[in-house]
Amino acid sequence: LQQQHEDLSSKKLRLTKPSKSAALHVDLCKATSPADALQYLLQFARKPVEVESVEGVVRILLEHYYKENDASVRLKIASLLGLLSKTAGFSPDCIMDDAINTLQNEKSHQVLAQLLDTLLVIGTKLTENPSVRMRLVEVACKHLTDSSHGVRNKCLQLIGCLGPVEKGVAKEAESQAAKDVQKIIGDHFNDQDPRVRTAAIKAMLQLHERGLKLQQAIYAQACKLLADDYEQVRSAAVQLIWVLSQLYPESIVPIPSSNEEIRLVDDAFGKICHMVSDGSWVVRVQAAKLLGSMQQVSSHFLEQTLDKKLMSDLRRKRTAHERAKELYSSGEFSSGRKWGDDAPKEEIDTGAVNLIESGACGAFVHGLEDEMYEVRIAAVEALCMLAQSSPSFAEKCLDFLVDMFNDEIEEVRLQSIHTMRKISNNITLREDQLDTVLAVLEDSSRDIREALHELLCCTNVSTKEGIHLALVELLKNLTKYPTDRESIWKCLKFLGSRHPTLVLPLVPELLSTHPFFDTPEPDMDDPAYIAVLVLIFNAAKSCPTMPALFSDHTFRHYAYLRDSLSHLVPPLRLPGRKLVSSPVSPSITPHEDPSQQFLQQSLERVYNLQHLDPQGIQELLEFTIRDLQRLGELQSELAGMADFTATYLQCQLLLIKALQEKLWNVAAPLYLKQNALASAAAKQILEETYKMEFMYSGVESRQVVIIHHMRLQAKALQLIVTARTTRGVEPLFGMCEKFLQEVDSFQRCFISELPHMQGSFVDKLLDLMPRLVTSKPSEVVKILQTTLRQSTFLHLPLPEQLHRATANIIEPTGESDNPLRFTSGLVVALDVDATLEHVQDPQGTVKVQVLYPDGQAQIIHPKPADFRNPGPGRHRLITQVYLSHTAWTEPCQIEVRLLLAYNSNRSKASAKIPKSTWSESLETLPQSESGIEGTIPFSKPVKVYIMPKPARR
Amino acid sequence: MPEIKVTPLGAGQDVGRSCILVSIAGKNVMLDCGMHMGYNDDRRFPDFSYITQNGRLTDFLDCVIISHFHLDHCGALPYFSEMVGYDGPIYMTHPTKAICPILLEDYRKITVDKKGEINFFTSQMIKDCMKKVVAVHLHQTVQVDEELEIKAYYAGHVLGAAMFQIKVGCESVVYTGDYNMTPDRHLGAAWIDKCRPDLLISESTYATTIRDSKRCRERDFLKKVHETVERGGKVLIPVFALGRAQELCILLETFWERMNLKAPIYFSTGLTEKANHYYKLFITWTNQKIRKTFVQRNMFEFKHIKAFDRAFADNPGPMVVFATPGMLHAGQSLQIFKKWAGNEKNMVIMPGYCVQGTVGHKILSGQRKLEMEGRQILEVKMQVEYMSFSAHADAKGIMQLIRQAEPRNVLLVHGEAKKMEFLKQKIEQEFHVNCYMPANGETTTIFTNPSIPVDISLGLLKRETAIGLLPDVKKPQLMHGTLMMKDNSFRLVSPEQALKELGLAEHQLRFTCRVHIQDPWKEHETVLRVYNHLKGVLKDYSVQHLPDGSITVESILIQATAHSEDQGTKVLLVSWTYQDEELGSYLTSLLKKGLPPSTS
Repeated sequence: LQQQHEDLSSKKLRLTKPSKSAALHVDLCKATSPADALQYLLQFARKPVEVESVEGVVRILLEHYYKENDASVRLKIASLLGLLSKTAGFSPDCIMDDAINTLQNEKSHQVLAQLLDTLLVIGTKLTENPSVRMRLVEVACKHLTDSSHGVRNKCLQLIGCLGPVEKGVAKEAESQAAKDVQKIIGDHFNDQDPRVRTAAIKAMLQLHERGLKLQQAIYAQACKLLADDYEQVRSAAVQLIWVLSQLYPESIVPIPSSNEEIRLVDDAFGKICHMVSDGSWVVRVQAAKLLGSMQQVSSHFLEQTLDKKLMSDLRRKRTAHERAKELYSSGEFSSGRKWGDDAPKEEIDTGAVNLIESGACGAFVHGLEDEMYEVRIAAVEALCMLAQSSPSFAEKCLDFLVDMFNDEIEEVRLQSIHTMRKISNNITLREDQLDTVLAVLEDSSRDIREALHELLCCTNVSTKEGIHLALVELLKNLTKYPTDRESIWKCLKFLGSRHPTLVLPLVPELLSTHPFFDTPEPDMDDPAYIAVLVLIFNAAKSCPTMPALFSDHTFRHYAYLRDSLSHLVPPLRLPGRKLVSSPVSPSITPHEDPSQQFLQQSLERVYNLQHLDPQGIQELLEFTIRDLQRLGELQSELAGMADFTATYLQCQLLLIKALQEKLWNVAAPLYLKQNALASAAAKQILEETYKMEFMYSGVESRQVVIIHHMRLQAKALQLIVTARTTRGVEPLFGMCEKFLQEVDSFQRCFISELPHMQGSFVDKLLDLMPRLVTSKPSEVVKILQTTLRQSTFLHLPLPEQLHRATANIIEPTGESDNPLRFTSGLVVALDVDATLEHVQDPQGTVKVQVLYPDGQAQIIHPKPADFRNPGPGRHRLITQVYLSHTAWTEPCQIEVRLLLAYNSNRSKASAKIPKSTWSESLETLPQSESGIEGTIPFSKPVKVYIMPKPARR
Repeated sequence: MPEIKVTPLGAGQDVGRSCILVSIAGKNVMLDCGMHMGYNDDRRFPDFSYITQNGRLTDFLDCVIISHFHLDHCGALPYFSEMVGYDGPIYMTHPTKAICPILLEDYRKITVDKKGEINFFTSQMIKDCMKKVVAVHLHQTVQVDEELEIKAYYAGHVLGAAMFQIKVGCESVVYTGDYNMTPDRHLGAAWIDKCRPDLLISESTYATTIRDSKRCRERDFLKKVHETVERGGKVLIPVFALGRAQELCILLETFWERMNLKAPIYFSTGLTEKANHYYKLFITWTNQKIRKTFVQRNMFEFKHIKAFDRAFADNPGPMVVFATPGMLHAGQSLQIFKKWAGNEKNMVIMPGYCVQGTVGHKILSGQRKLEMEGRQILEVKMQVEYMSFSAHADAKGIMQLIRQAEPRNVLLVHGEAKKMEFLKQKIEQEFHVNCYMPANGETTTIFTNPSIPVDISLGLLKRETAIGLLPDVKKPQLMHGTLMMKDNSFRLVSPEQALKELGLAEHQLRFTCRVHIQDPWKEHETVLRVYNHLKGVLKDYSVQHLPDGSITVESILIQATAHSEDQGTKVLLVSWTYQDEELGSYLTSLLKKGLPPSTS
């Protein structure tokens, strides 16, 4: 039956695709020399082959394979077989036998290796079939004795990928190949060719990955491989040792040349540590990386990695770290270094010094000092991982991490700062360590400084001097790099709230208050003063005695800052200031803070007042919008929500206003002037709806419906206004039809949401749909007008999280009076540095716009690499914008701003695909209404003074 | 037995005047040719008369290798080649070749022009000497002559420092020169492959020291400088012109760049400028960071470091000045020191060791009042700091290098005897290799066991491997063939071919042996019993009973006859050819044991 089926398929192939295989056949027959044949095959390989014709092609290739004498052509055929078997949808089991048969008489080692590779491809496509796998493994075992390394290599790879993993299967098929695959592979650990040894280890690792439990006996073999001459072998062996140490951490292994025994994981740890000082940097990177994930290692061994056991002239010497620690604990700080300060102390017993076989000793010290920065980074990462799981180790590795802050490569510095941040909850910084950390604040790289601020946010400091030191250094940083303002304030906020008791004794000094004299009031706009206040107010939050130390103006400044920088200054309970912090009423759960409540209440108020007179509605809306906008400014966490609703209400207000106009009651031509207002309103609503849809992250489909509904209303309004103001019916035909199409697609897109929209514009419209389709444009307009006026105001449900995309251009600052001069016709590069928040996929959407005074606008797409991602929801754009213009007579300002590009089609797809109900309707979406593309400016424009000079002749 | 002889003419249990003679497989090589800083008489140069009393050195030495440009490694070179007379090749790396003459010229100037010595080498001699130099690249194998080859490995330490492997046939020696296993701001770490030399000659300056991480030192240094500059003070750093000075420059330059500092840094001119030029050129010899970033900016093109002028010392405001010489004993650094010593805001940082008697040593040991020439007393109010920046491998580094190279013997030079003793003991204990530490003039002989390459014809190899089991890498294997030694080459060929080539006729060598056994049976029965016995014992061999009454085991013939006198004793005649010696002797011993009691 099988035979018949095959016949059938091949016959069918001849009918449908006669050309493909036949052409190849003809070509190959025509070929006079092997070179020709190779050419044909190369050409053939460039074209894809359909699934149906694969088998036919394979047969023809095989036929030629047997006839061919030239090894290179056979090699190509063998590789083509592999390529063809990869074709999706093709099941290669029918060609497996042939492929295995070809192996039998092959003499060329290269071709053999290629054929085995083909078998590997076939085997990986048929992994479900155990008998196929068995057969292939058997074939591979047979060729393991080949004299060529390439063939042995491939055999081992094949065994690794296809060897039986489950014990049960091996027992069932008690054939000769069911021998222990591990044993077979293990035998090749001592192969004479390093490539084969590598392949054997890799095959073993592959088996492990596929779920086979490796035997512990391999451990001893793997350890020997660590001393191999070849780096690939050593690198793979390190991996294997690591795997084994994770499998059998608690096994006991003997220490050679002594009677002692230790845990396997400790032994492996020692061995991998040893490899951190290997001759090849590839191995060193590998070893350093793996160290990080060996968390079961005993702390005794772990702590050795940081100890190098210094000596000088055979006398024990203390490290600089130890000396610093002692200096600190003796109460003396920052003494000048003296000659002989590091003089070695006690004599050491020469016999006890172990220079090399000390296992883990000093592994990280070496790794962190390595020549290649790749190794250093790997070591820092490993330190981080180990420190996270062991607080005592974290304490110890601190000194080393702090040292890394001075590395010559910025990447390493950054990595060590990040690492320190990650382990900072386990540690408290000593003063001298803090000193070194703070020294980095002067780094000219913004990334480094910001990372350091982040680190300081979550650092524990032990003394008040430490806090003072940190503050002083941060203020120094502030004067040197004023753009770091926000980041420094934020840093001080956390520093204050973490160490209230340490800040308390510093308050009088910081505020420069005096028990007897009044001191002058500091300048409220001074960023440094604000920084100090941020620190104090945040400390005062959990330290009720602190406000007693404030002077009068401090309270005034508090009120001001609480208002203007509400995200940095917490609410305080100040004596005699009830206004600021209202007594906490028991009804409010901590979850719902008053501002959230306020938002809800004001929204409900608006939604409930459906039937007020138009004037009242308008006023109420205006007030609510104002309230919401204010709320957004005050409460940063609610800003997105408040702005979103405010925009929605604004749209509603505009719509109501437009409908209130008198033009509707009067003959059209008379009110040309006023209808400008209505059409402007319609236009603005449209813009606002796009903003609502694309500028906020976290918008759900419920909101999208409402937004689209609002947009539909705006379009209706536009249609009505046009109908009113234009004469003649022809243009109306087109517009009406388009509008009806949109209604239709709205219905199709949002069919599941329609039940929630009772009494809305679209609901009514859909009821009237049959009538609308048949009636004339003027009729349609009339119906639209009435429905628009009668329709109710839709409730806008709020999602859990809503954030507005914001952008802030840090550079250029727009304050420079010196024009940027350049020769006209040439370009000048302008550095743009901006922070983006809550922008999804900034690489695709954020553009830079440059507006020249002559109205010329230029949009620049930054490279994806220009975006960095310092934290969730935050992005940083650092790019260069090239400017050019013809010569001007005097300098003038250009505007630079950021735009958020949107495409209604794309966003719809991305927003709605997760909802299964959508996926079908999406496919049927008509092409016509895709692609409404546009941009939303979402940053304040910055003015840059430029001056293109005429070129000198 | 082949041997390698090593005789240090300098640097044997001593630091300075490195000069080591090595004779390996009939070749004589001189490693380094340095001067001693401690002496001003004849002892400053190695005693070349040791090599030959009369006759030209060229006849006795095959080549000279210079590891790096420090004077204690190359200072005697012009004297050796021009005044004593040597015309053979001198090998050194490209940077060494470039910088070495500058230093030699400087050395000459000081000795001749300042100290007024006569009978010293001249500028022309330096030039002539440099003409004999052959420059080598890293990892380049240079054939000195047909047998002798040398190869350079990166050694860190200073720009262009190299370790050299000297190889004759299968014997090899590695000489490390001075090296550094921890990278610094401008150079990488020494590296060598697993070349398994017969002898590793290693420096051992820091044989008994394990150093702290260099990061602390760097950080301390930077912090000190930064604090002083911020206070408005001036920093004086006395340095020697080459080597550490560049490292400190890079360190300060990058720090200034990173921290956006504005205070000026000056470098006293002269020697340094010329040398800096070479540092700029030999970027491939520097560390990873400099090599990777030089496309944007060559790190040695200092932005913040400018040439120093005498007048700048009186400028107000903070500044950092690098000035020579390093021990504050004379010259510009001393002048500046005198000017600045009185202000407690200022600071002097000594980056290296100071010899006793110099101003540097005095202030480091805490002296606050110095008597200068002219009896004036200088009060030192400025801060005095000591920072050690040394570029030698410490004990751990030396061990690490030995582990990398896996030598069969180690020889220590360039260090103090007491310290070497400790390291020697450690090396023997941990690597189980012999370790030597000869004094100057003392010859160490190392016996080697070189493997001798033999050509074998492919046919023979295939035939022989086909007989045996699969080749096992680690185990020696038995092979039959004829070893032919002809014109200094060895070949292993099959016996037939050997006979053919030598035109000899083949002779057969046959061993015959009679074995007496007590056996009361008839002859043919005995034969049958022997046959059965052998068949039972030798299962893997073909044992045949021939019709003429004899037995063959493979090609061994056994015949049995009754003893002429005693019918109860049978004589077994065993005969085998030379090729079957193994089996034949086994058979005889088997038969001698007698037959087992009858089983039939």
